[in-house]
Amino acid sequence: MASAEVYPASEPARWKHLDRVRTRPGPYTNTDTFDGSIVAENMEQMKILVIGAGGLGCEILKDLALSGFKNIHVIDMDTIDISNLNRQFLFRKADVGKYKAEVAAAFVERRVKGVKITPHNCKIQDFDEDFYMQFQLVVCGLDSIEARRWINATLVNMVDEEVEDSYKPLIDGGTEGFKGQARVIFPTITSCIECQLDMHAPRAAVPLCTLASIPRQPEHCIEWAHVIAWDQEKPFPKLDKDDPEHISWLYQKALARAQEFNISGVTYSLTQGVVKNIIPAIAATNSVIAAACCNEAFKIASNCAPFLGFPDNNYMMYSGNDSIYTYTFKHEKKDDCPVCGNLARELVVDPEWTLRELVESFATRPDAQLKKPSIRAEGKTLYMQSPASLEEQTRPNLDKTLTELGLSNGEEIGVTDPAFATVSFKFKLKFKQS
Amino acid sequence: MTEIVMSQTPPILHGPSEKERKYDRQLRLWAASGQAALESANILLLNSGSGTVGIETLKNLVLPGIGRFAIYDDEVVDEADLGVNFFLDEGYLGEPRSQCLTELLLELNPEVQGAWYPRVGDAITLEKLLATSPTFTVIMYTHPIRPEYVALLEGYGRQHKTPLVAIHSAGFYSYFRIHLPGAFPIVDTHPDETATTDLRLLSPWPELSEFAEKMTRDIDNLDNHDHGHLPYVVILLHYLEKWKAAHGGAYPSTYKEKTEFRQMVQNAARTDNPEGGEENFEEAVAAVLKTVVPPTLPSGLREVFEYKRTDPNEHRSGFWIIADAIKEFYEKHQCLPLRGSVPDMKAQSKVYVQLQNIYKTKARQDATEVLRTAQAMAPDRHIDPAEVELFCKNAAFVKLINATGGESNARDRLRTVVEQELANDENAEAMMMPLSLVGIYLALQATSYHVDTSAINEHEIMAEVDKIFPGALNESENLAKAAQEVARAEGGELHNIAALTGGMVAQEMIKIITKQYIPIDNTCIFDGINSRCQVLRL
Ligand SMILES: [Zn+2]
Repeated sequence: MASAEVYPASEPARWKHLDRVRTRPGPYTNTDTFDGSIVAENMEQMKILVIGAGGLGCEILKDLALSGFKNIHVIDMDTIDISNLNRQFLFRKADVGKYKAEVAAAFVERRVKGVKITPHNCKIQDFDEDFYMQFQLVVCGLDSIEARRWINATLVNMVDEEVEDSYKPLIDGGTEGFKGQARVIFPTITSCIECQLDMHAPRAAVPLCTLASIPRQPEHCIEWAHVIAWDQEKPFPKLDKDDPEHISWLYQKALARAQEFNISGVTYSLTQGVVKNIIPAIAATNSVIAAACCNEAFKIASNCAPFLGFPDNNYMMYSGNDSIYTYTFKHEKKDDCPVCGNLARELVVDPEWTLRELVESFATRPDAQLKKPSIRAEGKTLYMQSPASLEEQTRPNLDKTLTELGLSNGEEIGVTDPAFATVSFKFKLKFKQS
Repeated sequence: MTEIVMSQTPPILHGPSEKERKYDRQLRLWAASGQAALESANILLLNSGSGTVGIETLKNLVLPGIGRFAIYDDEVVDEADLGVNFFLDEGYLGEPRSQCLTELLLELNPEVQGAWYPRVGDAITLEKLLATSPTFTVIMYTHPIRPEYVALLEGYGRQHKTPLVAIHSAGFYSYFRIHLPGAFPIVDTHPDETATTDLRLLSPWPELSEFAEKMTRDIDNLDNHDHGHLPYVVILLHYLEKWKAAHGGAYPSTYKEKTEFRQMVQNAARTDNPEGGEENFEEAVAAVLKTVVPPTLPSGLREVFEYKRTDPNEHRSGFWIIADAIKEFYEKHQCLPLRGSVPDMKAQSKVYVQLQNIYKTKARQDATEVLRTAQAMAPDRHIDPAEVELFCKNAAFVKLINATGGESNARDRLRTVVEQELANDENAEAMMMPLSLVGIYLALQATSYHVDTSAINEHEIMAEVDKIFPGALNESENLAKAAQEVARAEGGELHNIAALTGGMVAQEMIKIITKQYIPIDNTCIFDGINSRCQVLRL
């Protein structure tokens, strides 16, 4: 095996180690699809998109540049904050305040000669399908579920069965503390991010009455300051979670409330953590997950070894808290996935619910997580969040029950949300027997 | 005698310092104590082979603020290094690799100190470096490496009780192996919060019983508000008493009895109130199977209790003295010192805080008793009350790594593990289990000392494995494939696999240095073709 020919890249001495592996078949290589003689050139021609230039993004850019990709784009709207410096290794103290995408791209271009990285200091939603169509692979290192769902829905929607180029493999990584996951999605073919949404259920919210009258935990006092006291007192025109003065105000309020109820444990750091929903993050875990993602990108692009997504496993879970544990498995595609499935998903509802209750329920359902849903049924618009005129017209429906609105058991409804511009989630109502 | 006072940090009214802001995301994982440990650590990397995996590890330690590091590397920077290692650049071609790596790593964090060896002109040998440097906290070395270097490092490790980490990354495969100098206990293991609930419902102490009894004395006549705000701990204690009264003083113990008991609690919930049910009773029902349990001795702590000490230093360590005191506590009370935390539950604020205080007070009493026992056991030694407090709090989750350590039987153990793994593989398909990765370890190990640049083919790798392991592997198709895969790489690294492995090693280094979370015991093998790893005790 190892005696097979090496087909060097444009700078053979530099890419010696890489070429030996990517241009020669190994024992697990699928020789029907592998052609070592074109690998280096193919990878150099490929355009690959990186979403996020933060903890994972910095690693991903480095890893792709050293995997033989030459044409990389990166999107990130954020600027550099001092708390990024413990892991986002392409940034220095002097870079605080600059755009992440720009600084990261320039750094990797400087260090790895011959790679071109194009930064985009904006939101992924600022681009349309034509923009995304130019890439062959998308690698995501994001901390927001919303952005992941948006790009996932967009890539699924772009698939045109007649056009081979319209399938854009999506590789997604995420971390929290010593844990993380890497997954590969072939839109419409394998399980997508929306299919897997219930694996990332949001934390249950504390009931408002607990915050308002019976706090027991320091977090309850902080949420009270955040949700109730701020609104009542409006100390600043608009809450800026990155402004230490604002966080200090919330902290003082929370602390006073905690003292009133004899609750201990309110600190500045906890206040900041709760208000900003801070997820602990370290370089080591980012390194693991980003490299796991880029290793899949490398295998997909070169075909020199089997990759996640085909035929079985598509998801790697990683945990480093207690020893090291990986679980690599196949997450099944769901026929009733609102994004990539054909069937409407069953939605158990009480026919006596008001439309408002139905609208609100979408936010907390682990498999929906839609915060601003607009709802249509066959031939009628039930509620629209925007534009304002339509909202006003449909608002009276909110207080009517589903029965009053003429909805019936088994009826299909379509739900849209501004966070997923192009997608309509299909649900089939199933009335609870009372 | 010292009382243990659970500290309540005075509120700091000013915001965090710049350093706290920079390290905020990691301080949430290992706190100031872990950070202090990192900042006083001194790491040596003996960099060898294609030279990336060790550097990726160091990167992940420099960023969170390790105290200092040194890199020893005999190579000079060549073209191929630039294609795999990010912390090198063209300006350094032909210069010592250790110099370039050190200088570019130091850019990442101005608070870290770094040094590189050997210096040009002043050919400081590894031997001299080891003899003259301040003691290293952990030493890492990367394969393939010259065997005499390993011998030197092992000698140093034995002499200074320094943990050694061997790392090997080639092509799609890697492994790393941690060699700890002796048994390695960890107290601050950070268990999952859901696992830590310990309410002692079957052995309540007088204050707790009294509290519950008082609140439920007139339970049927409580108004809906009060009834709906009884904490579930109180609800369960009340109905456990009722159960006992009806069952000759015995608690529900079998699964069947517990489900009956659960039904009893369920039936006691009011449904004729405006809400049509009671959240606190729902919580109580949901908690029955998990909290109505007698105290047990968790396996991790049992291992600590049964551990036979061989090293005289162990007799003097705070950990082992406290462990003895806790063992005595356990033998006397048939339960561990109370952790003292109460999960959140529906309740009036005041009632919840009272309940919390009952648990905290008991935990403090238990910890004080352990402290006194420990002091009596080692009167000549200062016992740190904070250490006792942490140990008592985490007693159920304490973990001993490398408990049966020792180098002497390494070869036998490897043989046993390999045989076991290959036997498991025969049933893997039927059991729907993934195949063992031990073949990857063996194939890589066969090239561990292959430092010259000539290619080594799969047959030579197989022959090398056969030397370590006569006959046993002739039939393993898996091993043959692993050998082919290792041969394809010709000793070179893929950056992704080096970065991934460097991330894993850095996590382990952090765990060992901070003595928090649980390190691997002792070898982790990664398969980049199937994207999974396996930890084996070799
Ligand atoms: Zn889907």
